[in-house]
Amino acid sequence: MATPKPRVKVPKSAKAGETVVIKTLISHQMESGQRKDKDGKVIPREIIHKFACEFNGKPVFSCDMEPAISANPYFEFNAKVNESGKFKFTWEDDNGSVYTDEAAIEVS
Amino acid sequence: MNKNLVLLAAVAAVAVGVAQFAYADPVSDKLVIDGKEMITRAPAPEGHPFKEVLSGWLFREPETRALEADSFANPGMLYVERGEEIWNTVDGAKGKSCASCHNDASETMKDVGAHYPKWDAETKRPINIELQIDKCRTEQMGAEAYKFDAADQKALTTYIKYQSFGTPVKLDLAKGDMQSWWDRGKKEYYTRTGQLNLACASCHEASMGRHIRADHLSQGQANGFPTYRLKQADMVSLHNRMRGCIRDTRAEMPKAFSDELMALEVYVTWRGTGLSVETPAVRQ
Amino acid sequence: MNINRRQLFLLSAGAALAGTGAIGVAPAYADAPAADKRIAEFAGGKAPATGKITLTAPEIAENGNTVPVAVKVDSAMEGDDMVESVMILAEGNPNPDVATFHFTAMSGAAEATTRMRLAKTQNVIAVARMADGSVYMDRKEVKVTIGGCGG
Repeated sequence: MATPKPRVKVPKSAKAGETVVIKTLISHQMESGQRKDKDGKVIPREIIHKFACEFNGKPVFSCDMEPAISANPYFEFNAKVNESGKFKFTWEDDNGSVYTDEAAIEVS
Repeated sequence: MNKNLVLLAAVAAVAVGVAQFAYADPVSDKLVIDGKEMITRAPAPEGHPFKEVLSGWLFREPETRALEADSFANPGMLYVERGEEIWNTVDGAKGKSCASCHNDASETMKDVGAHYPKWDAETKRPINIELQIDKCRTEQMGAEAYKFDAADQKALTTYIKYQSFGTPVKLDLAKGDMQSWWDRGKKEYYTRTGQLNLACASCHEASMGRHIRADHLSQGQANGFPTYRLKQADMVSLHNRMRGCIRDTRAEMPKAFSDELMALEVYVTWRGTGLSVETPAVRQ
Repeated sequence: MNINRRQLFLLSAGAALAGTGAIGVAPAYADAPAADKRIAEFAGGKAPATGKITLTAPEIAENGNTVPVAVKVDSAMEGDDMVESVMILAEGNPNPDVATFHFTAMSGAAEATTRMRLAKTQNVIAVARMADGSVYMDRKEVKVTIGGCGG
């Protein structure tokens, strides 16, 4: 596929102190380094090795990822929100690229 | 049931150490995606060998079914989004995108994919979505036809087919020579090929509902294609899957979009008449 | 059963097919000791206790390339009752590491879901390390099936 593109699902609003469910998905082959091409040469590993979610600059959830994570990595986790603000999501690729996405939530 | 198939399945099952011969009913669950109920069981059209046509979704394990039912978790939706980008991107010498002529696909392509393949009077053969895209690209956009199964071809086909999400499959066999292509496709469906001497019907009709090793055999419907296949972790086109099945019988594979596979696409798609378009479905 | 020539051929074809289908990734597989070593490192030498952590994975995965896995740890996620990290291991993969989740007080609940690759039928393990240093573990066998024709 073209440049990895993230998708995130965050509720638009929540009550103060509520724990909300967050889902993220990103298109990525997650080349494991275990496969060989048709000439028998090992295809070098190229995966997203780190995912992180923060809210208003503070860490919420993160994951160290290994080649055993499936292509198009998916995460579902929770976040407890006490104030309105912005979630920031980052995915770090072995090739040095960092993919990001953001989502705002209104807390009442 | 065919004796050879039983024997083959038996040997394979013993070799792998599982003995699953029992017929297992497809599930009776309802498939609801984003509040929309999909038609996964439909009365078969006249002349169909089954009374009821069944979506392949009903034959899958609970986790696979759940993945298709969640339109966010379904990785196939990534390809729908990518397809939308391609739809709006200018390509070719004439400086046009799909949207230059067809505007908003959610309006202009609505329900269109549910009625493909259809008769193409110009080429005097059935045309499917991939070939229609190529026709637009070469004749209207001044771009090159896609290579078979190019990532962009799969994403754009998925996006266009997705505009018919939930719409029942219905082909118009009265147009042009569609009926004779249907006839040819039917003949192919029942013709045994390859070293394993299997026809499409050996697995998807005579053995539907049984297990071939650990695989629960479905009716082999086309309504979910292009489909997100867990094995490839990628979109798989209908012609790729048909070629794969033919390869697995150990026969020579016909080329994608050849007369042979176009006839089969017409016939196999007809066999799923009345089922909702599920693209992007999730299969094993 | 009388077996004629054609059926005999099919027999061997079937056996061959089953044989080739079983080969996925070629390299040496990790084994329980490799996973045990990871657990010991992660647990800081403590013996993991059972309870508190629940690992959810399918009993039968239709394809090993995409297997859903979820973990849940009983914890208030505030004060002293906090989950720091949860490590997922696949005992039978070429390399047992799958992922390590890190939680904070802002996680609200120590729960996470992802999708993983399993090279064959094997045990999947989840180990939780709490803020107080205690360690809990759950383990589940996932059967990985092979498609009908290897297709």
